[in-house]
Amino acid sequence: MTQEYRKEKKYGMVIDLDRCTGCGACMVACMAENNVPFRDNETDKLKSITWMRIYQLTNGKSYPNEEICYLPRPCMHCEGHNGHSPCVTVCPAVATDYDRETGIVSQIPTRCFGCRYCMAACPYHARYFNWWDPVWPEGMEKSLSPNVSPRMRGVVEKCSFCFHRYQLAYEKAASEDRRELRENEYQTSCTQACPAGAITFGDLINKNHAVYKIKKDPRAFRLLERLKTNPKIYYLSSREWVRRAGDNYHPEEETGKIKSHQ
Amino acid sequence: MVQLTNSHKGNGNSGWTILFFIVGFTASLFAGWIVFPKLLYSKKQQPIDFNHELHMTHVDNGCESCHFFREDGTYSGVPKLVQCIDCHQEVQGDTGHEALFVEKYVSKGKEVPWLIYSRQPDCVFFSHAAHVKLAKMDCETCHGHIGQSTSLKPYEYNIITGYSRDIWGKNPENYLGLKTNTYDRMKMNDCAACHLEETGRKSSVSTEKDGCFVCHK
Repeated sequence: MTQEYRKEKKYGMVIDLDRCTGCGACMVACMAENNVPFRDNETDKLKSITWMRIYQLTNGKSYPNEEICYLPRPCMHCEGHNGHSPCVTVCPAVATDYDRETGIVSQIPTRCFGCRYCMAACPYHARYFNWWDPVWPEGMEKSLSPNVSPRMRGVVEKCSFCFHRYQLAYEKAASEDRRELRENEYQTSCTQACPAGAITFGDLINKNHAVYKIKKDPRAFRLLERLKTNPKIYYLSSREWVRRAGDNYHPEEETGKIKSHQ
Repeated sequence: MVQLTNSHKGNGNSGWTILFFIVGFTASLFAGWIVFPKLLYSKKQQPIDFNHELHMTHVDNGCESCHFFREDGTYSGVPKLVQCIDCHQEVQGDTGHEALFVEKYVSKGKEVPWLIYSRQPDCVFFSHAAHVKLAKMDCETCHGHIGQSTSLKPYEYNIITGYSRDIWGKNPENYLGLKTNTYDRMKMNDCAACHLEETGRKSSVSTEKDGCFVCHK
């Protein structure tokens, strides 16, 4: 039985920043879906845990020329070179791993011992540390998702592309004697929650998936491509200054010219 | 000179030293393999002593008569009262445990608090459909010959973690890390070994085995 089990996939996202209104529905959906803990006082945002986080970018000009762009930032699920993403390479506990079959960077909190090397290695600040055990307001524990294991104090967590949804979809497919999932069977929570339809999720190397075509849009760029992290989140923006904000550019340099690592 | 004398004296005692070492070593092994596991695990009896063999003679579809797949592909696991009531609205046979079951649970409409031998920690995802329908494995490979048993064994659990001992494995040879039957032990390494052997997948970059996110969540 050593046949190839499932076709190799690279699950990824294309986020259209021209459509994103910064409403935050993706952040809320993500927190609810993944049992992300929060505290009474979330004033110190450095300690907040947000697998999906919306950043506000400005073009740095003053009124009336000021422009705003909202940028949702999940985990980039970097492929790096042949699966050697920054966080996976540094983890001494094999708590985080790159899966060549799905292209997802996994995080197993029960295996993590909290050294936080991965947080230092991640150029996108996509990883978060649990400084406290999660405490939910009374009664709220009943609304937690049974498909996602809550994390404890002292471990790192991050976006998993709602991997439990993949597992459940795969289980359903298995019961129908299929090994391959349909595009609509596995979608992340943020994708489905976005009221503007800004997020498209799917297999980046499957020609039949929507993301395969959209990522070739001339507006597309990825964050910090020069680092060769080879991320699986593509952004679309028609505004030059937004694309410029995605990496460090020389003043005379044009965007869209960075040689992609893929 | 002093050193020489001392070392000479030491050599004379080496027989005793070795003997003490052996005695101490044996005692440690005894404590570690026999005494400690006894202290670490506690036992509970199941609320009702269920007879699998007897039920197997009355149902048409083997294990799947009661342990079935739901429509969304998930597995029903241990039957709920509503399934038992189909036959056990009233006492059918003459076993004491059935009478107890009807009296204590059926007539009161109360679920039986079964103790689940194979309950996994909540960071583990296990799909029965993937193993039974796709990989065509039979129940016995993992669960043993429970369908032919006439009574339920005691439920043993780790008093520190609360997890069932069946996840760890119980046969005496397991103390040595050996395993004679596939169903003796269901630790993570056993799952990983079987996955590597049966699927040959090496999708994990870090381990060159099956990925973590296959069974973990």
